[in-house]
Amino acid sequence: MANVPADLRYTREHEWARVEGDRARIGITAFAQEQLGDVVFVELPKVGARVTALKTFGVVESVKAVSDLFAPLSGEVVEVNVELAKRPETVNADPYGEGWMILVKMANAGELAALMTAADYEKLVAAAGH
Amino acid sequence: MVPFGGWDMPVQYTGIIEEHRAVRRAVGLFDISHMGEFEVAGPGALAAVQRLCSNDASALAVGQVQYSLLCYPEGGIVDDLTLYRLAGDRFMLTVNASNIEKDWAWVTEHDEGRARWRNASEETALLAVQGPMAESLVQRLADTDLTGVRYYHFTRGAVAGVPALISRTGYTGEDGFELYIGAPDAERLWRALLEAGRADGIRPVGLGARDTLRLEMKFALYGNDIDETTNPLEAGLGWVVKPAKGEFIGREAIEALRAGGPSRRLVGFEMVEPSVPRHGYRLLRSGAPVGQVTSGSYGPAVERYIGMGYVPTALAAVGGEVEVEIRGKPQPARVVRTPFYPSHAKKV
Repeated sequence: MANVPADLRYTREHEWARVEGDRARIGITAFAQEQLGDVVFVELPKVGARVTALKTFGVVESVKAVSDLFAPLSGEVVEVNVELAKRPETVNADPYGEGWMILVKMANAGELAALMTAADYEKLVAAAGH
Repeated sequence: MVPFGGWDMPVQYTGIIEEHRAVRRAVGLFDISHMGEFEVAGPGALAAVQRLCSNDASALAVGQVQYSLLCYPEGGIVDDLTLYRLAGDRFMLTVNASNIEKDWAWVTEHDEGRARWRNASEETALLAVQGPMAESLVQRLADTDLTGVRYYHFTRGAVAGVPALISRTGYTGEDGFELYIGAPDAERLWRALLEAGRADGIRPVGLGARDTLRLEMKFALYGNDIDETTNPLEAGLGWVVKPAKGEFIGREAIEALRAGGPSRRLVGFEMVEPSVPRHGYRLLRSGAPVGQVTSGSYGPAVERYIGMGYVPTALAAVGGEVEVEIRGKPQPARVVRTPFYPSHAKKV
């Protein structure tokens, strides 16, 4: 059974967003971390930086690969998970919890409608020949 | 699973870092049957090997192994290999999987009819058992005493009833064995080792951890750190080049380099801040390009970001500062003493 929490929204690039009031917490999915393998480094923007929906906001590196991170939503970064600098493997261990990457103050909550629901994302992952 | 040298190989079974640590702390099992094995026999076998390989094969006793190189006349490297003396007039060369065809053409073309060559790659499987628990595990399944088999020596026996050439060699820096067996027996021995090693915490290990393990030891990987454009001296492999033993292909070119010394050197470096050096990234000194990263990664046992690369000899001293260009930004690094991880091979 795929690990796709029902209360989140998803991008085609395997990021998730959790709405918290006027903010959205963002990370990568269980499928993404499994495909990547052991995460050894995460490059994230600084607090105050602006991110734009569908544009890259950072990089996640595993032993074998370098992958861009795509923002699900536009806004201002208000918090960055500094734990990942010390323990990047948290992304593998808890991708939807302690492995969160950035917290963004949403510029336009309307962008949420363009994201995939859990059901649609689950279909995407299944079709990816998982 | 990924294609590698014509084979379908696992990058990992459970996870690269977990597999790497299992080898350093307990024992890991590798299927490296993709590697090539050539046998050469006859009264001219020693002469053939001496002409082709850089190291001195006449120094090998029966039952002994040495690391060696096949070189081009201009001094570049055809392949690195391990050479086994099976008998007075019989040797085995273990070569890289990606170079089997090239090496076979090379040795047969340059043999000049000295000896009989046989490509035993297809019929030979190779399993490696590496880690602090490797000896006790293989000994439990072996019908011969292994405690007397010294590093870079081998014996013949049966492991879990499978006839094997049992070699105390490896590519990890840990104690352990490489088991050469008939291909039809591979699955049987694989399963027997996994079962018998369960209580030790044995893990099957893929190519990903094989690479991080050898990187921590600063072992060269053909195609990354050495190739036809690199010579043994700049690669730090002058110790397996023995010009005093007589003529071999590449000898003259390499000796000419020895006089003035190589202009660049393969060094080990570590990143000052967490960032991942990778093959192909540029090496800079105060912003000016000076070389290239040939291998790099996170080292799971040393818990640092490490790499290898060629820099001008003047910058090669331990403590030297360089930068690795990562996504357009120079990230500070320093040349360090290698191996990054201390060898635990059973050298005494």
